[in-house]
Amino acid sequence: MKEQLLQDGKAVGDRMSRVDGRLKVTGAATYSAEYALPNLVHAVLVGSTIAKGRIRSIDTKAAERAPGVLAVITHVNSPKVPGFAAKQNPDEPPTIGQPLRVFYDDKIYFNDQPIAVVVADTLERARYAAGLVKTQYAAEPHQTNFEANKARGFLPTQAKRNPKSPQNDYDRGQKDGYQSAPVKLEAEYVHESEMHNPMELQSIIAHWEAPDRLTVYDKVQAVKGTQRAFAKDWALPEENVKVIATFVGGAFGNGLHNWPHETAAIIAAKVTNRPVKLVLTREQMFTMVGYRPKTWQRVAMGATRDGKLVGITHECIGQTSSYEEFTESSVQQTRMMYAAPNVSTRYRILGLDISTPIWMRGPGEATGAFALESAIDEMAHLLNLDPLEFRLRNHTDTDPEKNKPWSTKYLKECFQAGAERIGWSKRRMQPGTLREGDWLVGYGMGVGTFGANRGVAKVRAVLRADGSVLLQSATTDIGPGTGTAMVQIAADALGLSPDKIRFELGNSTFPTAPSQGGSSTVNTVGSAVLAACTELKQKLQQLGGAAFAGAAPDQLTLAGGQLGLRTNAAAKASLADLRKQNNGQDIEVTTEAKPGDARQKYSMYSFSVHFAEVRVHALTGEVRVTKMVSCADAGTIVNQKTAGSQMIGGAIGGIGMALHEGALMDDRFGRYVTKDLADYHVPVHADAPPVEVFFVNKPDTLVDPIGTKGIGEIAIIGVAPAIANAIFNATGKRVRELPITPDKLI
Amino acid sequence: MAQENLNPTAPADDHDEARRTFLKQTSVLTALALTPGPVVQAAAAQWDEKVAAAFEKVPLKLDINGKKYRLQVEPRTTLLDLLREQLHLTGTKKGCDYGQCGACTVHVDGQRVNSCLTLAVMQDGRKVTTIEGLAEGDKLHPMQEAFIKHDGFQCGYCTPGQIMSAVACIREGHANSEGEIREYMSGNICRCGAYPNIVAAIQEVKNGGQKV
Repeated sequence: MKEQLLQDGKAVGDRMSRVDGRLKVTGAATYSAEYALPNLVHAVLVGSTIAKGRIRSIDTKAAERAPGVLAVITHVNSPKVPGFAAKQNPDEPPTIGQPLRVFYDDKIYFNDQPIAVVVADTLERARYAAGLVKTQYAAEPHQTNFEANKARGFLPTQAKRNPKSPQNDYDRGQKDGYQSAPVKLEAEYVHESEMHNPMELQSIIAHWEAPDRLTVYDKVQAVKGTQRAFAKDWALPEENVKVIATFVGGAFGNGLHNWPHETAAIIAAKVTNRPVKLVLTREQMFTMVGYRPKTWQRVAMGATRDGKLVGITHECIGQTSSYEEFTESSVQQTRMMYAAPNVSTRYRILGLDISTPIWMRGPGEATGAFALESAIDEMAHLLNLDPLEFRLRNHTDTDPEKNKPWSTKYLKECFQAGAERIGWSKRRMQPGTLREGDWLVGYGMGVGTFGANRGVAKVRAVLRADGSVLLQSATTDIGPGTGTAMVQIAADALGLSPDKIRFELGNSTFPTAPSQGGSSTVNTVGSAVLAACTELKQKLQQLGGAAFAGAAPDQLTLAGGQLGLRTNAAAKASLADLRKQNNGQDIEVTTEAKPGDARQKYSMYSFSVHFAEVRVHALTGEVRVTKMVSCADAGTIVNQKTAGSQMIGGAIGGIGMALHEGALMDDRFGRYVTKDLADYHVPVHADAPPVEVFFVNKPDTLVDPIGTKGIGEIAIIGVAPAIANAIFNATGKRVRELPITPDKLI
Repeated sequence: MAQENLNPTAPADDHDEARRTFLKQTSVLTALALTPGPVVQAAAAQWDEKVAAAFEKVPLKLDINGKKYRLQVEPRTTLLDLLREQLHLTGTKKGCDYGQCGACTVHVDGQRVNSCLTLAVMQDGRKVTTIEGLAEGDKLHPMQEAFIKHDGFQCGYCTPGQIMSAVACIREGHANSEGEIREYMSGNICRCGAYPNIVAAIQEVKNGGQKV
C-alpha cells in the first residue's frame, strides 16, 4: 500500500505549538539528573592534572574517611568492565581507535581525564571528598599545540582501508587545476576548537536494578546506540540494559558518543549497589565530552575574468585525540557546490594529547563552509563582481561530484528571497564605504549544504480504547520538537486531531530508531510514523470487515470513537467493535520504514543561504550583527514555527562561531584557559539580532514520502562566512581566523 | 567503626576532618558518660555519624511557592542544590553553578536571584518562588503562555530561568523596548538560540498589560 499524506491533511505545515511546551514552561519536563530514585547517592569525578603520563600513586584514604563517603574508585580498585579488555581498537563509529576506558589502567591521555570517582550520600559531601584525593604522576611531555604539530597530520585509517571512503583524497579534472586560471587566490583559514556547551550539564543516573540489569537515565542523542554500547561493555544481553532520555537539554552533537563519565557512574553504582547520579561541572564540559575540533584549512581558487570558476583546491587538517580518529566532512561540499571543472580536496587529521572531539552542529560542513564561502567572497572581490552574481555564474543544476541529478535544489529561490529581505541592494561593492556615524555597515552572504540523509526506523502505533493513538519510537529530542512534528505527520496520516495523538521517545525499549543527528530525524522517523499509521489504518480496514473492504486507507476516517468511510457516511464501525474483532486487545502495529533506491539515482542535499548585516565600530572594532536572513531549501516544512526556531537558533549559533567562540589552550599544561561561560563566550540576548527565516517549502519525495530534507545542520552551515564576509564589506579587513574578536579589526 | 572514630587519626592540616572527628568524639563521649548502654548500640548503628551530621546543620525557615519549610541544612548547601537535590523542585536548573548562565534563576522576595550563587542559609525567612510556583493551579502565568505561543525555547532547559527572569524584567521596568529587554535578559543564556522568540514573548506580555 502506498504511503501518502492525506490530500486534505491540515496538520503538516501548521504552526502548531509544541506538544511538550507546557511541561517545559512549568518545570515539569524531567531531564536525566532529575529522576528521584530511592536510595540515590551522588558521585563527583576527580580529573588528572597532567595531560600525558602515568599515575604513580593515588591516595584516597582521606576521601574514604570523609563523612558520608560510600566509595572512592580508581584504576586500582575499580571492578573490571568485561567489555574493556575485548575492546581493542573497535572499528566503530563515530571513531576508529580506542575510546577511553575509564579507570582501566594508570595511563593519562589528556588533562582532566577522570582518574577517580567519589560517591557519597549528598552532593556536598561527594564534592568535598573529591578534593581530598591526592595523586602523584610520572608526567611525560605532551603535545597540545596544533600549529607546532601540523606537519604530523595524516590520512584517516578509514580512508586508507576503504578506497571509497569520502575522507580520501579527491581530484576532479586536473589536480590543482586552479593554477591555470587567469585570476587566482590562495588563503589559509583557521578556527579554534568550539565547545557544544548545551545548557544542561552532561548527567547520568546509573541504576543496577539487578546484578545483570542496568537502567541509565542519560543525556544522549541515541538511546539504542547507548544501550548497545553498555550491553557490550558489561557483557549483557541488550534487553537487560535500559536507556532513558525523555528530555535532553540541548546537545548539538555531544550526545553522539558515550563518554568516560557515563561508565564511571555505572561502575560507581555497581560498587555501591545504589543508584548513582553524576553531573559534570561546566569546567568538565570543556575537557571530556567532545568539541568541534580546531582546523587549519587552505583554499586555492582560480577563475576566468568573467567569473567562471576554473578550479578549487581545498585542504583541511582537523584535530583529534591521541587515542581515537575523529573525522568529519570539512572539504566535501567543495566537491559539489559549484560548477568548477577542476577540484582537489585533501583531508588530514592530527592527534594531540587532548580528549576526542565529536560532531558539533553542522559538523565538518560548517567548518569547511567558513573557508570555501570566504574564498568565494574573496574571489568575487578580486573579480569586482557581486558575490551573489559570482555564485549564480557558478551555479550547478547537477551534482558535479557524483554526476547525478539533484533530487531537488531550490538554492536560487533562496538567493532571491534572502537578497530581497536583507536589502542586498544597499550593499556597496567597494568595502568600507557605507558608514553611519562611527559605525561601518556591511553585508555578506554564505551558502550551506548538508546531505538529506535518511536511515531505518521502526514505530509502534497503538489505537487505544479511548480512541487515541499512541506512537512510540526510540528516537530522542534534543530540542527541535521531534514529538510535535511526529504528531503532525500522524494526524494527517490518520485523519485524527493532533490532540488525540501522543508520540513517545527517548526510551530504548521502544522500537528501534537511530540517533538524533545529521538532520535526519524527520526524514527517518517521520517516514516510519507515516508507514505505521498507514498500516494501522489497513488493519482497521480488515477488522472493520465488509463495509470497508476495498477502501483505501486515505478514505478512512476516525472520529468520535468511530471508524468511518469518507465516501459513504453510512459505513461506520465503533472502536469497541473493532477491539472485539481484535480479541479485546488494543489495535497495534509496529512498522519499519527504510529508504528506497532513489538514493542510487539522485544526489540528495538540503541547501541554505544566510545573509548578514553587520555594523563594525570604526574605533573599537566591536561587531554588532544587526540583522540576519536565513533561507532554506529543506523540502516540506512540517511545522513552520518549530522549523523557524531551528533556523533562528542555527543563525545565532553561527554568530557565536563567527564572533565569540574559541577554546584557548595553555600549552604549558595542556589545559584550556577558557573553561566556563565567563571565559568562553556564547551569544547572549544582547548579541542576537532579529533573524528572518524563509523556507522554499517544496517537497522532495525522493528523499522520503513526507518530502522533508532536514534543517538542523544547514541552519548554521554558512552563517560564520556570511558574517566574516559582511565584516570585510564593512571594513575592507579580511579576517581568516575565527572568532573575529575586536583585536583582529583594529 | 566506632572505635576507629574514637581514635583521632585525622591529619593535622585537615581542619574540617579534624573538626568533625572532634564533634563525633564529644557527642559520643558525653552520651557515654550519661547512658553507657544505649550509646554502645548507637555507635554500632553509626548513630554517632548522624549525631555529628546534625551538629553540622543549621536550621532554616523558607517559604517556597507558598509552602512553609522548616529545614536543617549544611551551611555550604546552595539554594539551587537545596531545591533540586533535597526538595526535588527540579524545575530550577543547574547550567553552570557559577552564576554565568541564569538557568537557576528564582525569585527571592520578588527579586530575581541566581540560586547557584546564594547559600540556602542566607535566605532564612525569605519567600522563594520557583518555576513550579508561577502558575496558579492549572492556569499558566501569562509569561508561560507567551513562551509557548512564541516558541521561546527548544530543548527547554534554560526555559524556567528565562521565564523567571522575564517576569522580573517586566516587574523591574526593564522591558520598555526590544533593546532594553535584550540587555536586561543577557544574564540568561539559551544555547538553542531562542532569543528573538523570547524577546517577542516578553514584549507581548508587557504590551498586553496583564499583571505579572
